[in-house]
Amino acid sequence: MDAGRDRIGTGIALPAAGAAERSAARPLRLLGLLGLVAVAAVLPPLFASSYQLFQLTLALIFAIAILGLNIVTGFNGQISLGHGAFYAVGAYATAIMMSHFDLPWWETLPVSALICAAFGFGIGFPALRLGGLYLALTTFSLAVAVPQILKYKGVEDWTGGVQGVFISKPDAPEGLGLDADQFLYLVVLAFAVAIFLLAHNLLHSRIGRAMRAIRDHSIAAEAMGMDIARIKTRTFALSAGITGLAGALSAIAIEFVAPDSFSVELSITLFVGLVVGGVGSIVGPLFGGVFAVFVPNLAESISRAAPGVIYGVILIFFLYLLPQGFAGFPQRIRALLRRRPEG
Amino acid sequence: MMQRRTLLAASAAMLAAPRIGAAVTVGVTATELKIGNFMPYSGPASAYGVIGRGDAAYFKMINDQGGVGGRQINFITYDDGYSPPRAVEQTRRLVEQDRVALLFHTLGTPSNSAIVRYVNQRRVPHLFLATGADKWGNYQDTPWTIGWQPSYRTEAQIYAKWMLEQKPNAKVALLYQNDDFGKDYVTGVKDVLGARFDQMVTTASYEVTDPTIDSQVVSLRGTGADVLVTAATPKFAAQTIRKVHDIGWQPMHFLSNVSISIAAVMRPAGPERGVGIITSAYQKDITDPVWNDDRHMQAWREFMRKYLPEADMSDSGYATAYNVSFTLMQVLRQCEGDFSRENIMRQVANIHDLEVPLLLPGIKVSTSPTNFHPIRQMQLQKWSGAHWERFGDVIQGADV
Repeated sequence: MDAGRDRIGTGIALPAAGAAERSAARPLRLLGLLGLVAVAAVLPPLFASSYQLFQLTLALIFAIAILGLNIVTGFNGQISLGHGAFYAVGAYATAIMMSHFDLPWWETLPVSALICAAFGFGIGFPALRLGGLYLALTTFSLAVAVPQILKYKGVEDWTGGVQGVFISKPDAPEGLGLDADQFLYLVVLAFAVAIFLLAHNLLHSRIGRAMRAIRDHSIAAEAMGMDIARIKTRTFALSAGITGLAGALSAIAIEFVAPDSFSVELSITLFVGLVVGGVGSIVGPLFGGVFAVFVPNLAESISRAAPGVIYGVILIFFLYLLPQGFAGFPQRIRALLRRRPEG
Repeated sequence: MMQRRTLLAASAAMLAAPRIGAAVTVGVTATELKIGNFMPYSGPASAYGVIGRGDAAYFKMINDQGGVGGRQINFITYDDGYSPPRAVEQTRRLVEQDRVALLFHTLGTPSNSAIVRYVNQRRVPHLFLATGADKWGNYQDTPWTIGWQPSYRTEAQIYAKWMLEQKPNAKVALLYQNDDFGKDYVTGVKDVLGARFDQMVTTASYEVTDPTIDSQVVSLRGTGADVLVTAATPKFAAQTIRKVHDIGWQPMHFLSNVSISIAAVMRPAGPERGVGIITSAYQKDITDPVWNDDRHMQAWREFMRKYLPEADMSDSGYATAYNVSFTLMQVLRQCEGDFSRENIMRQVANIHDLEVPLLLPGIKVSTSPTNFHPIRQMQLQKWSGAHWERFGDVIQGADV
């Protein structure tokens, strides 16, 4: 946000220079991005063990899920503590389609995302009347309810009850010379790149600015002619769809879904990832995903007796050092550097 | 070129050799044997974490005594938080990164369900799981996975067998929790009664989400049953005992042995209400003074004092860990230094009447290539109003 304001400031002072700088920077940034994606696509499959690839795959999946949460919470200001529910619905939708209807995995993904988006749209309506903490609790109750609903007798034929549903990880298409883990990593990476780019474009468009305007000052936004109800419900649907897609990918990666996989803790994990990565940041969720997968293991390697305590300490440490999340790290360095000559 | 030729030769040899000949040895060096495990050290089931600590302490004792087959045991245990996805992650870490020889005593039906296919595809021994589900004895479909404790199905078979001896013409009411756990009991009773099941038994089920089971109890009584089998978890077991007593029903009452805790079930239900209830046991009760002079119990207490001095000596999880680890050591000794995964599984299926220190006298561990239920015997016990009193002989589950 600060960066945005700076840019407007310099833009007013030196309009020509600012515009030229931006248009020159653009292809460079694009090249840099392409380079990063290429490195991410080539290096891990070459050098990482299949277990490490699996972890990276999970981190990317969490990153997508957290991006979904970030769109509604970070950019639109609607706090959700229940995104684990959308993640679960996406995972189950894919698992059921793959096991009961024998659909190929790639066909199930868009359907799962659409189902979750519709579900999110439905949740978005009551959300209109509930602000802030009340919305947080309403979505939280959703996260509490979903694992139990999945065990319900009436849907047991589909969900498998407590037994859950088994599915199979897709094999890599022949001729690529990849194993299943490498293939899945690349698939998830491709989805992640596409969704992060789409989110980036969307959030820097008219709609994205409207979302943020509603977050920052909804009355002013309404006075300027924005249809708040429409934007809020659609944001919720988009967010749920993205998180649901992540859930669907997770079902394929884990090859198993069960109610115990989607406890309340999952929603909290996503929320923690959101805050640690950086609320209202597009790259933030990537760090959030890494945090969600690797920090619990790190905590456990430090103390097996009380991994929760270590996790908590690490979390507080991060919040203290990086109050704006990982995404705020460069800004914080810049701020420190700027302050020094003055002081 | 050289490499390609050796590869070809190797694959030709693999094809020529019988399946058993292609032995794979992983996680074993001249000085070390790696064993992998996950436990819920955090999360909703973290009370079971003591079992993992008990296992670790047992292997430490073995290492102090010189290890097994000249090798020290490296017991690697991770936290899965009772979450199936984390169980998958930790299992892959153990198998692919730590490269353990085998997985041992992994806890929880959902967590083990999540990994069972993976370990069987990879052909990793998955031994003596800490869960009572019956499906771990399915040696045809999952030949690399084996349970340990008597399954719920075996337990139900034992109740049904004894009941038939006492009351050949009983009218049975069966109250069960509507999930894997409860359904295993229905299957077990069916195993014994066979074709007579439909005519002798009326069933009623409840959901874990139900607030009470009062209406089920009342309607079961209405069938005129004189035997009640309750396959319930602690909270519902306490409710059932209370309700059965309060409506003046006096059936021969069998209660699943997951719900015999005095603190969690009998005391909340009212100890006097439960007099006469029958359940089963297979381990020595470590709090029962009867075993004070038992040399195995004394050895266990000595072990606890030395290796887990700060542990709660009344937590039966440590006794379970001691027994299960003892069983694994027997398997590893039988391997006689050949720790290939195939040989480990051959020895797992080759235990004959093994006496385990803290199992009740007469209960023995046995396996064979067609029996992956190591413990199939239990002894009945009755609630006296203050404690459980064992009676009768050790009973063996039905052969099915």
